[in-house]
Amino acid sequence: MTDISNPISGRRMLLSDEMIQVFYRLLAAFLICAALTILTNSFFSVGNILNVLRQASLLFFIASGLTLVVLTGGLDLSIGANVAISACVAGTVIHQTGSPTLGVLTGIGVGGAVGMLNGVMVTALRIPSFIATYGMLWVLHGITYWYMGGETMHGFPAGFRQIGSGYFLGLPIPVYLLLVFLAIGTIFAQRTTWGQEIYAIGANPVAARLSGIPVARRLLLVYTVSGAMAGLASIIFLARLNSAEADIGESLTLPAIAAVLIGGTSLFGGLGTVFGTFVGALILTLVLNGMNLLSVNASWQPLVTGVIVILAVWLDMKTRRRAA
Amino acid sequence: MREQAMVLNTNPLQRIPGVAVMLVLLCVVFGLMTPGFLTVPNISNVLVQSTILLMLALPMTLIIMTEGLDLSMGAVLTLTSLIVAIVALATGSLLLGLLAALAVGIVFGTINGWLVAVVGIPPFVATLGTLGMAQGLSLIVSDGQSVVGMPAAVRGVYSGTLGGVPLPIVLGLGSYLAFHGLLYHTRFGTYIFALGGNREALKFAGISARRLLILVYALGGAMVGLAGLLMTARMNSGHPTAGLGLEFDAIAAVAVGGTSFERGNGWLLGTLLGVVAVGVLRNGLNLLALPSSIQVASVGLLVIAALFVDGLRSRS
Repeated sequence: MTDISNPISGRRMLLSDEMIQVFYRLLAAFLICAALTILTNSFFSVGNILNVLRQASLLFFIASGLTLVVLTGGLDLSIGANVAISACVAGTVIHQTGSPTLGVLTGIGVGGAVGMLNGVMVTALRIPSFIATYGMLWVLHGITYWYMGGETMHGFPAGFRQIGSGYFLGLPIPVYLLLVFLAIGTIFAQRTTWGQEIYAIGANPVAARLSGIPVARRLLLVYTVSGAMAGLASIIFLARLNSAEADIGESLTLPAIAAVLIGGTSLFGGLGTVFGTFVGALILTLVLNGMNLLSVNASWQPLVTGVIVILAVWLDMKTRRRAA
Repeated sequence: MREQAMVLNTNPLQRIPGVAVMLVLLCVVFGLMTPGFLTVPNISNVLVQSTILLMLALPMTLIIMTEGLDLSMGAVLTLTSLIVAIVALATGSLLLGLLAALAVGIVFGTINGWLVAVVGIPPFVATLGTLGMAQGLSLIVSDGQSVVGMPAAVRGVYSGTLGGVPLPIVLGLGSYLAFHGLLYHTRFGTYIFALGGNREALKFAGISARRLLILVYALGGAMVGLAGLLMTARMNSGHPTAGLGLEFDAIAAVAVGGTSFERGNGWLLGTLLGVVAVGVLRNGLNLLALPSSIQVASVGLLVIAALFVDGLRSRS
């Protein structure tokens, strides 16, 4: 029930509306946890819950950058392929130089460069984002398969592998990274001018341009961040799997989009939060983990993810329409 | 009104150069670089192999003209191909297999159309969702295994001839002519032009845009079912990942053929030439012994280039 007559209070109401949306989703996550605790013996164990958190954080890294893109009203379909190419190039660098630091920088650099190319296509060449990034998907896919030539890279330094599979004070390292990036993402989106400009671009690109926001530069930034986050995710995958293969990111794009949409970010731009995406990643991971524990064949996972994507958009449209 | 719509919405003279010049250039380059390219068996091979793509690209043109997109085609093709194989294996009847595949294709197409037209989900996300569903169903019905041991009739669909012309080419040409007639010589076609170009006019003419959109996507599903038969016949088996990604080649063919993603105007002959161009590109790179990964990447670049040119055109 936004008060249209008073724009200032309207802004506040919108924020609390966002909080209610996130609250519903946290409630859903809690209910799934409760159901799984009752239905399975193995769900409510420290090992499994840490496992869920680790999986959810991997998904969150990819989905958090994507959230910013979706907030501007765009989409990045290339993230899965971006993870694959970043992981393979970073893996090569680590093998050649033996330096994990260089590898991490390379992964994030490659991912960011790919994201920047996406941004250039969307802003300078004015290609619709979903089709530009879809083209990019196949370009990256081809290059990665050609580069790897069917080979798999194995064996990375033990110190590097800690990033993906290590523990600190009983919690997996990726969970700490998750907290850091969740905080950075939330502060950036909610508390900085640039973040607020991203919301403005998504809500009304024309009004954003007319009010002096450098739309093209902000979009370029958003796509670059999305790519760089995919690069970061590739590093954590690399460290966790201890191997790099060309098909590493193939099944990641749909879950990442699902996490963003379950998290309540509107496909039409301007509405949503990074924290919501974290909850979305948690919900999707819980569902997939639960299917696993209930010994549902893994073949069902893409089917369920597809249904969830559509349901999430549908629910979002229903609730927003009522709120508007 | 139909004449007007055609005049307003297609400008062949402006378009013929683009895709046709590209096709000729590709043929010349590959002809010079590889001795095996400009031979009758190879050209015939390219055309036969392009028919499956054509069957996806024709309805994709119509869908893109409505400012839509169908990312699920490749995954649904995989599913319908598996359905043909499974039903043909179980019943020994090719016709039953085809009917089952058509039914599955139409169901998916209708779901896509319903999600886009009635629920109002943006097409690329709605069809991304059904892509996941079809991919999952393919794994489930096949249990991740190939379906082999087809009756002889299945193979005959791909290797057979009709009056000396390979059967796939007959089916491909038949599909093209049917779509050409549908788009340019029926009311349905005129409405499709209106759907992309002028939705208001449809409303005044008392046409339900929703029903029309669902029909367009359902027609796409039916064509994917038919293409599933060819796919199974070509491989003489069903495979759970066979058609994945083929929607991208279809989108590439449509984009290269000069159909616009934003202005609701399409050109069916351009799509036909675009399909052949994509086929020639893949075949030529193949003859040059470049890995299929390079083919995939170059088709990706082709799409981005085509869209860039389209963007320039719309601005000028």
